[in-house]
Amino acid sequence: MTANLPKKSLAGMLQKMLEIRFFEEKVFELYGQNLVPGTIHLYAGEEAVAVGVCSALSAKDYITSTHRGHGHCIAKGANLKQVMAEILGKKTGCCKGKGGSMHIADFKIGMLGATAVVGAGLPIAVGAGLSAQIRKTDQVVACFFGEGAANQGTFHESMNMASAWNLPVVFVCENNLYAMGTHQSRTMNIINVAERACGYGIPGVTVDGNDVLLVHETAMTAVARARLGQGPTLVECKTYRRRGHSRVDPARYRPKEEVEEWLRRDPVKLFQEKLLRGGFMLSSEIEQIEKQVADEIEEAVRFAKESPYPAPEEAFDDVYA
Amino acid sequence: MREALREEMRRDPLVFLLGEDIGRYWGGAFKVTEGLAEEFGELRVRDTPISENAIVGAAVGAAVTGMRPVAEIMFGDLTALAMDQIANQAAKMRYMFGGQTSVPLVIRTPFGAGVNIASHHSQSLEAWFMHVPGLLVAVPATAYDAKGLLKEAIRGDDPVFFCEHKLLYPIVGEVPEEEYTVPFGVGDVKKEGSDVTVVATLFMVHKALKAASELEKEGIDVEVVDPRTLVPLDKETIVKSVKKTGRIVIVSEDCKTAGVSAEISAIVVEEALDHLDSPVRRVAEPDTPIPFSPPLEQCVIPNEEAIIKAVKEVVG
Repeated sequence: MTANLPKKSLAGMLQKMLEIRFFEEKVFELYGQNLVPGTIHLYAGEEAVAVGVCSALSAKDYITSTHRGHGHCIAKGANLKQVMAEILGKKTGCCKGKGGSMHIADFKIGMLGATAVVGAGLPIAVGAGLSAQIRKTDQVVACFFGEGAANQGTFHESMNMASAWNLPVVFVCENNLYAMGTHQSRTMNIINVAERACGYGIPGVTVDGNDVLLVHETAMTAVARARLGQGPTLVECKTYRRRGHSRVDPARYRPKEEVEEWLRRDPVKLFQEKLLRGGFMLSSEIEQIEKQVADEIEEAVRFAKESPYPAPEEAFDDVYA
Repeated sequence: MREALREEMRRDPLVFLLGEDIGRYWGGAFKVTEGLAEEFGELRVRDTPISENAIVGAAVGAAVTGMRPVAEIMFGDLTALAMDQIANQAAKMRYMFGGQTSVPLVIRTPFGAGVNIASHHSQSLEAWFMHVPGLLVAVPATAYDAKGLLKEAIRGDDPVFFCEHKLLYPIVGEVPEEEYTVPFGVGDVKKEGSDVTVVATLFMVHKALKAASELEKEGIDVEVVDPRTLVPLDKETIVKSVKKTGRIVIVSEDCKTAGVSAEISAIVVEEALDHLDSPVRRVAEPDTPIPFSPPLEQCVIPNEEAIIKAVKEVVG
């Protein structure tokens, strides 16, 4: 299945997935070299969700993001250099070094910011949808959150409000099975978070979140529904992080067989295999994209490393109260 | 208040209201928004589910995408339910995102005791919001100030926490026919005097003025300073008054510990200690929850007698 997409779109999706994968591998490496202050929550392994959803959006649409948000920014089209510089705490970062890994925002591309409070992005996405409705634009908001956030009160408040007001929001639950170290089965009595949608009178769909084309197709339906003023959809994407919760987490709570099974179904590998098998791309073409992305990431790293740190007194910029 | 909302909504189509029961069927628990749904429609005057965190969150999301929302939280006590969106999101976004966005949002809510509705509907929590960098805090005491500050709040680009006091709604005051706003950070001397400075906010301004006229009969000339906004706080007007009178009593309905009166007291000590002829006195809620039964409630709300007593102590 290729969702009847032209080759250019397929290549674009692969490129974005590779950008996220290579970017995150590089962030991991830089962290090891003590160049990344604080902590990091890597998106590697979940690329098909961000890319599948963002490829269904237009430039004027909005997204909200989470502490595990590098992938969302890249998929929506953020400048890699500025994102890398932000993660390294540099002045040239998209938030001038004020936000860091957990608080990346890029308003130029409709990326309304990552919040590091689990579940806090949901009502903000509702508000962006409300704004689009009142301003009578046909903008859509994609709201990313994890299955852990589905246990916050904001999940309920936001689903209900968006449904009651028919707002153009696509709620994207990235279910990677673990909220830090706590398996989903220990905190909820259902397997599919999307089942909760029926309680709000909206469609709920569960898909393989490692299949970028399936995520894309599902998102297209949800986005179309939102754009037509028919209200929100809850899309649950089952996925898995390649590494632990944060940089310091070796993720020993995950059974070896489970990890192996998910890594075998790596979203980037699956997509490449599909493209090759279906004859949509040649391996030489894929290699060329890989090389191009690797160069792009190297360039972003060089830019971030060479950029200056903010001057201490910049701590007082944008203080108004 | 209603005039301010109506005028701003007529002036700017991006201004809209959201909150519980603010629409045509109720007009707000204190009737502040009465009649506005009829004029502006339900798209711009929106009754919400009982979801305080999502009400503020939705206002934040709308504010960062070009709207100018005014969210009403029915009682100030319920802002506890929305604290993440107020303190972690609205207050932080402009700074945390490196100035890429501002959050032009107003959160209106009534505080204050005195109507026998006990611990969950009577608190004065202004100090919570003073403590979070990134929020402007308004505390109007008169109709003139309330209207002018609310218009200023709606036009500003940063989040404003707009404190109202439920006993102030019925108090009638003169408001000019012509257009005006009241700037933030500019206190108002509500009564000039030479013997002692009384700084008071919200409903306490009226109690302070009553106490001042009682004290006048005894020959004590009280100056009543109303800061009108707590963030930014007009330190200059307070310090100037203290330098003139050499004495200060701070009256605030919120709890004494780590409250509004504590902050103002610290500022006076830091900036005008040499001018003080007697120690700073505070009249504030004595760190209890607000009780229900009228004699209990009256016991903990600062009153004119307590203000008079404190003034006499500092005047010596």
